[in-house]
Amino acid sequence: MDQAKLSEMLRQRLSDAVVSVEDMKNDDTLVVVDKDSLVSVAEFLKNDRDLGFTTLMNHLGVDYRDRMAVIYNLYSARLRKKVTIKAYLDREKPEAPTLEPLFPGVSWYERETYDLFGIRFIGHGNLKRLLLPEDWEGFPLRKDYVYPESYNGIETKRSDLLDAAGAAGDAHV
Amino acid sequence: MLERFNIVGRLSADPDLILTTVDRAVNLARANSLWYLLMGLACCSIELMQTGGPRADIDRFGSLFRATPRQSDLMIVAGTVTLKMAPRLRRLYDQMAEPKYVIAMGSCANCGGPFDLSYSVLRGVDKIIPVDVYLPGCPPRPEALTEALMKVQEKIRNEKYFLKKEA
Amino acid sequence: MQRALRGMPMSKYSSQEMVLNMGPQHPSTHGVLRFVLQTDGEMMVKAVPDVGFLHRGIEKIAERVPWQAFMPYTDRIDYVASVNCNLGYAAAVERLAGIAVPEKAEYLRVIAAELSRIGSHFIGFGALLLDLGAVTPFVHALRERETFNDLMEMLCGARLTHNYVRIGGVSHDLPPGFREKCLGFVDHLEHEFLEEFNDLISFNTILINRLANVGVIDPETANKYTLTGPNLRGSGVPFDLRRDEPYSVYDRFRFDIPVGTGKFGVPGDCYDRYWVRILEVTESCRIIRQALEQMPGDGGIRTSLPRPFTVPAGEIYVRTESPRGELGYYLISDGGKNPFRVKVRTGSFSAMTIVETISQGVMVADLVAIIGSLDVVAPEIDR
Repeated sequence: MDQAKLSEMLRQRLSDAVVSVEDMKNDDTLVVVDKDSLVSVAEFLKNDRDLGFTTLMNHLGVDYRDRMAVIYNLYSARLRKKVTIKAYLDREKPEAPTLEPLFPGVSWYERETYDLFGIRFIGHGNLKRLLLPEDWEGFPLRKDYVYPESYNGIETKRSDLLDAAGAAGDAHV
Repeated sequence: MLERFNIVGRLSADPDLILTTVDRAVNLARANSLWYLLMGLACCSIELMQTGGPRADIDRFGSLFRATPRQSDLMIVAGTVTLKMAPRLRRLYDQMAEPKYVIAMGSCANCGGPFDLSYSVLRGVDKIIPVDVYLPGCPPRPEALTEALMKVQEKIRNEKYFLKKEA
Repeated sequence: MQRALRGMPMSKYSSQEMVLNMGPQHPSTHGVLRFVLQTDGEMMVKAVPDVGFLHRGIEKIAERVPWQAFMPYTDRIDYVASVNCNLGYAAAVERLAGIAVPEKAEYLRVIAAELSRIGSHFIGFGALLLDLGAVTPFVHALRERETFNDLMEMLCGARLTHNYVRIGGVSHDLPPGFREKCLGFVDHLEHEFLEEFNDLISFNTILINRLANVGVIDPETANKYTLTGPNLRGSGVPFDLRRDEPYSVYDRFRFDIPVGTGKFGVPGDCYDRYWVRILEVTESCRIIRQALEQMPGDGGIRTSLPRPFTVPAGEIYVRTESPRGELGYYLISDGGKNPFRVKVRTGSFSAMTIVETISQGVMVADLVAIIGSLDVVAPEIDR
């Protein structure tokens, strides 16, 4: 099945659930959905007999400054095609339904997105910080994140070296 | 080798007899049996492994890796220390028996290196533990690590434990 | 008091689950990983991984540096096979920006990437054997890896973090003497080293008993947890991005895709994953030989990029085959000098998610075999 045919088919069969279906670079199809229909679209793509997008390759969160988004990359070994699902979220209260029941492997990916973006996944079984320590404040991959000055009493700047270099530089002048 | 003992007294007629200070004898033994804690954190740990491997063969210097801090004299901090890892690193250092030495291997352990732009990286391991030898490089070659080890040995050889009390 | 005792079992030896801590500083966890083990005696109830001890925020750094300046950081995403990481990033940026790469540079990339794959597999199975208590084979693997380091040093000047691939090409042409030395290395591997290594350890009864029938992953579970690369092929699924979704010039070479067949146990056990890596070294040798043969003698090695270099706004997901499985870069550009968002999808991350599932009910000592056979490295998980 070629690219145009797949997008046409997705457009027809998902007409009421999706916002848009576009072609993406690198032989990929972008399906933009509303966050409420995220699960049903993913379920359809996974379980439909003609499609069979059973592999979840990748998941990521994005902060677009004015809104946030969750992106899922699916792959169908049957069609040898990729599909990218994207759902935009409200930046003030970023929440999305989890895809964990459909793809168990996404569990850690969603934890990572929660950890770095603060996007809450409704229905996730174990939504805790994954990479950063439990007592970390803020969500670093947000665009407005300010780097912390210290963590648990450990200073995170190397100002002493800069000061020493600056003083030495002055001495030479 | 014998010169290292730095004979302080005169050699007696007996050639089997060597006179030296206790300090020098003890230090010679300590310097040549530096067991290091396997503290491979990041990229540098591969070079650390290869320094222990067949070509660089750090075992020649009496140095071999231990998996537990309680049997180690030397901590080679090989790689980036993150803020999450920092308290654990400090605890491992505290568990080592005195006297203990630290080599900060690579730019990350020295000052944060290329990860100075990051939010979760400790800017230099000397913020939490004292460092004896700073070894630059990203990552340093096995030859460089060998030299750093020799610098630690040199430091140990010149230490004095049995000082004469001032009257 | 009486009341409290009434609920206890009658047996003289009551048992209860114990929680053990493994890592983050542990000789057989491949870098700074931590596992919280729930054990019932010698049997494992569950092993819960705790990661993030090497989280260096590489994805945030990507947003703070220009497109080309992110290349050295890709080395450090997977320092055991850095050329493969370079290649994945370069391929993604080139496809997003529509940059053509000279043919010769593509061959040089393939040669460096396959050498890197060999070097990575040496660490992969060498460390597995070391964790199982066989120290000598690891030293043998390191000895061969030194030759790989020498070759890469000839090529680009660095031993470990090569930073060889550039956006639009590579940094250096083949130096004189490289071709002969590389062919010699490849021949030595195929005809001498692997034979010696297999005699030494691969068919050793103790090793077979430690690895066969342990940590079995069937293809369905592997797909559920998105296992890729040698781990997926160990389960018997012949999927390799170099063949199924060719990038660079991989479609011009003939090579086989080794899969796990249950050589000494059932398909998908630890031995199969180990054995697939051994076989892949041979396949990489074949690719290197063909690439050196087919490579055009002259031609540029780099496209000159416009200055300042910007990438047109857009999004792309490009995946390549690294020694640890699918290495995908999801790039978002807003047309500026820096990337807007870079997400790195790595093989080790998804391999780590499966540990909790397949470690249930195994012996404590088998956990080491499972982690080792999945060949995870900490920076790929944490980034």
